Formats: sequence, C-alpha cells, structure tokens
Amino acid sequence: MEFLTTWWAFVSTRGDQIQSGLAEHSLYVVTVLGVASVFAIVLGIVTRRNVFAKELSLSISSVFLTIPSLALFTIFIPLVGLGFAPSFLALFLYSLLPILRNTITGLDGIDHSVLESAKGMGLTPRQVLTRVELPLAWPIIVAGIRVSSMLIVGVAAIATLVAGGGLGDFIKSGLARLPLPNSLESIWTGTVLCLLLALVIDISLQLVRRATISKGIR
Amino acid sequence: MSEPLIRLENVGKSYPGTDAPAVGNLTLDVYEGEVLVLVGPSGCGKSTTLRLINRLIEPTSGRIYLKGEDVTEMDSSKLRRKIGYVIQQVGLFPHRTISENIGTVPKLLGWDKETISARVDEMLELVSMDPAIYRDRYPKELSGGQAQRVGVARALAADPDVLLMDEPFGAIDPITRDRLQNEFLRLQQDLKKTIVFVTHDIDEAIKMGNRIAILREGSEIAQIDTPEVILSDPADEFVENFLGSGAILKGLTLKKVRDIELHDIPAMEMPVLRDEALKVLENSLEKTAVLLDKDHKPLRWITEASLNRTAQPIEKSGKPITIDLQPEDTLQDALGVMLQSSVGMAVVVDRRGKYLGCCSIESLASLIISDGGGSSSS
Repeated sequence: MEFLTTWWAFVSTRGDQIQSGLAEHSLYVVTVLGVASVFAIVLGIVTRRNVFAKELSLSISSVFLTIPSLALFTIFIPLVGLGFAPSFLALFLYSLLPILRNTITGLDGIDHSVLESAKGMGLTPRQVLTRVELPLAWPIIVAGIRVSSMLIVGVAAIATLVAGGGLGDFIKSGLARLPLPNSLESIWTGTVLCLLLALVIDISLQLVRRATISKGIR
Repeated sequence: MSEPLIRLENVGKSYPGTDAPAVGNLTLDVYEGEVLVLVGPSGCGKSTTLRLINRLIEPTSGRIYLKGEDVTEMDSSKLRRKIGYVIQQVGLFPHRTISENIGTVPKLLGWDKETISARVDEMLELVSMDPAIYRDRYPKELSGGQAQRVGVARALAADPDVLLMDEPFGAIDPITRDRLQNEFLRLQQDLKKTIVFVTHDIDEAIKMGNRIAILREGSEIAQIDTPEVILSDPADEFVENFLGSGAILKGLTLKKVRDIELHDIPAMEMPVLRDEALKVLENSLEKTAVLLDKDHKPLRWITEASLNRTAQPIEKSGKPITIDLQPEDTLQDALGVMLQSSVGMAVVVDRRGKYLGCCSIESLASLIISDGGGSSSS
C-alpha cells in the first residue's frame, strides 16, 4: 500500500517525462509496424511461388528473432550511430517473422477453386492479388501484425541502452539507482506504461481488423 | 453445318517430365448454340481440354479459334471475360456479397453501377433466386445448390456467347442435381449459348448434350455424335464399355411417350352399368378397361375379377389411377409409372388430362428391340 502511494507520487510529478517516453515508444511501434508490415507483406508476395526464396526469407527472419535483443540493438551502432536509427533497425528486424510467416500462410491457405474462378473470369494476376488473395489472407496477416506489435512494445524498452529513448528510460534509470528511493517506482512506471501501451495498440489493431475484414469471412 | 464457333485445331498439351501428353492432338469443333459434352474416365484430359479453351492452360501446340479468330495470341484475361466459366467447387469469392460476385465480370468490363445492379437482379431471377433476399448475402450463407446457381448466374452476367462448365453439378446431392439440370436445360432453351460441358457421368452427358464427345486417355476422341447415335451405335469397345450395360435404359431418357404406339385399352365413360362393363371387358384383349369420368379423365383400372369379386358400385371397384403420363414425358418416366402401376400399364393423357390411351411394357420392349436390333440406325 505504501509502495502504491510513493509510486503515485513518483508518477504524478513526472508528467512531462512520461509523456515524452510514451511518445517515443509509440513512435517506434507505429513506424516499425508500418514499415515492417509493408516490407514483410511484399516479401511474402514476391517469394511465395519460389520454394527456395520463401524458405530462405523465412529462415533469415527467424534468425533475427534468435539474436539476443541487447546485441541486435548494439551491432548497428558502428553503421548508423546512436539513438533512433539502430533501435528502429533492430525492432524492424525483430518484427518481420510473424508478419512474413502469416502472409505466406494466409496466401497459401486460399481455396484453390476461388483462385481458379477468379482467373477464369478474366481477372489479371494483379487483380487476383489485390481483389481476391490479399483480402482473403488479410485476417491472418493482421494476426501476424498483432503478434509483432506486442513483440515491439516489449523489446523497444531496450532502445534506451543505445540512447534511443522510450519507456525503457524509466527502467534503466531505476535499475542504475537501485536500491535508492524512487528506483523501484521508476522501474514499475516503465513496465506499467509498456503494458498499457500494448493494450491500447492491441485494441486499436483489433478495431482495424474489424473495420477491414469483410463480413463474409469473419 | 455452319462455321464452328469454337475450333480446336491439332491442339496438344504436354507437361515437361511426363511421357504421355495430357492432350495429344485434338481437333474439335463446337457449333453455335449447341451443348457439347466432353465425357470420359477420370484423367482422360477432359478438364484440361476445357481449360485450354479459355487458356487457363496454355497449349503447347495447335491453334484455338473463337468465331474464326485465333485466340492463342490474344490477351488471356481479356479472352476469359468473353467466356463464362463454371467449375464444380463454384469458387465464389467468400469476401464479396452475392451481387458483387455476380457483378464481377461486368465490373471488369467497366459497366456503370446501375447497369450492373440491374443485371445482377436479372441474373438472380434467371436462376430462380429472389434478388431482395440474396443480393446482399455472403456465399457462406448459401447451400451447395444455391451456390452453384449463383455460379451459373455469375458466369452468364456479362452475356458471354460461350460457357465452359466443368462438372458443374458434380458436388451436389442427386435430387438437387436433377432439379438444377432440368432448370439449366430450360434456361438453355431460351439463352441458346454455346456450351462445352465436362462430366464423367454418362447419364448426365446424355441428358445435357446435343452432342457428346467420348474421350479416352490423352483427350483422344473415341466417338463424337448425338446421344442417340452413340447409344444405338457405339463406335468401338471402349465406348461400349464406357456406356455400360444400361445403355438401352439410358436411351429411354431420349425418347418420349409420343414415340411409341399406344395400346388400345377400352375406356368406359361414367356412368356405366355393370353388365355393359362386363361386355366391354370380355372384348378387351387385356381383360382390363379404364374408367373415365365425365370429362374423359381416367379414374380407375377395372378388371373382370375386380368386378366379380365385390358387389360394390363400379366406380369403387378396381384400382385407382394415381399417376398419368403426357406425351412429352420420357420413356424412362413411363417405365417408372408402369412398374408402379398394378396392371403393368400407364395411362397417357393430353395436356387437359383427357384420356389418350395406355402404354405397356410390351410396347416399350418392342420399341427397344426394333431400335437395338438394327445397330445402323440414323
């Protein structure tokens, strides 16, 4: 109980910090998710017909997931310096696999007869892709985007180590000052805000999903 | 015959890495307004042949002409918009409403919204579905039979001259299939489309086709002719085997009741006295008579035995006549009615229900023998 009051005191006096931390963190999530979705969906579309290219892109993107996040954030520093850029790159690579995997699964899973009739009616390959394949694979692709978004919210907290800002700042400063006053409060603030942000993003993606998926396949 | 609407000329399709070609060297003409059925065992290449016409499969050799125009060089998507295509699994777009599905090709062709919407309603009515109910539904809400109706409506939406149908009724239960086949034949009478229809079911082929091409391995034509000729005069053993033992029975669907000579069974119009009735029966070869009402509509079968057995009034003796035939019914229907009837005969009435005569198993048998005996008919 006592912790809650000191925590509340901590939170209520740091409105500006929280605001900028949240803003930076959300910026990562939104930009990374946007760029990674486009990239992974295009990659999935381009490689799906070629077994070799498909497997290669899937294994490369799973390799990124196995690299320890601490390392992935730091290895780009020599190339792009500190701050936003290395964090963005690391998060981008992290988020590829779920979206790519689901894009490929979604496109592969489309009923063959639907594609046959689409072609048979005279849709061009591009029209088949944009009017039939993508809309039908979309629910599965969105599910992949949601998984990636959760990954990014959590891992983006590491950006603070390469001077990338975000909610990780609270956690890092708390960690550095343990067991001084307000250290645990700081860590909790970062964690709770991450959770809240994850919740908000998940709900918004759910709304996007509802709005963009046809009633016929819901 | 006139110039064919579709002409396949020495068309072949082989896949790399396989010895036998899927389609060997096929030359086939399809004439305007006819239903040509491609029928053959599975794997004979009939579906491949169909898909060569709208170039879902590109031929490795040969030429394909549509209205005299070589389509092998044409833009394949543009070609397909001119050819309706119906497949067994229907393949409706699950994320689009029924009206959007039917309007697919018109939209591709750039029709305006009102025209498309009017056309969609017209098409739904054509396949006996209420536009108000189904227009805004999604494919998942339809039964198999309804889905295939929509499939046919979608294929016809842009009014193509040619319709390709790949086992369209194959995945539908027998009762619905029969109904859809009949509806389709009725539609075709008005529409007069040029249709290439693929099936593995010889009965369906006989029912649907103006001409039938029986294919063997590699899409080689074993025989191509009208159903009547194929049934009565199969070209070789392969065709004979494919037709199966029931070829004669199958032929019954092609003949109508009016084709056979009606048996002259005496008829008695109500009211009739018992003595008169007995006299009539005595003169009747079959010892059977038909009792008619005042409007000449058949009521009951009367036999001598049934008259002697009871003292009931004549209109209550004998067996009631529940089903009757019209001259337009097929002989297969007639056979069914005869087998059900207590006297082994069926009454034939005209459109207004007036008695015309009876047909019997004997008259059917004599028709079959005269047909089957001389295998050189027309």
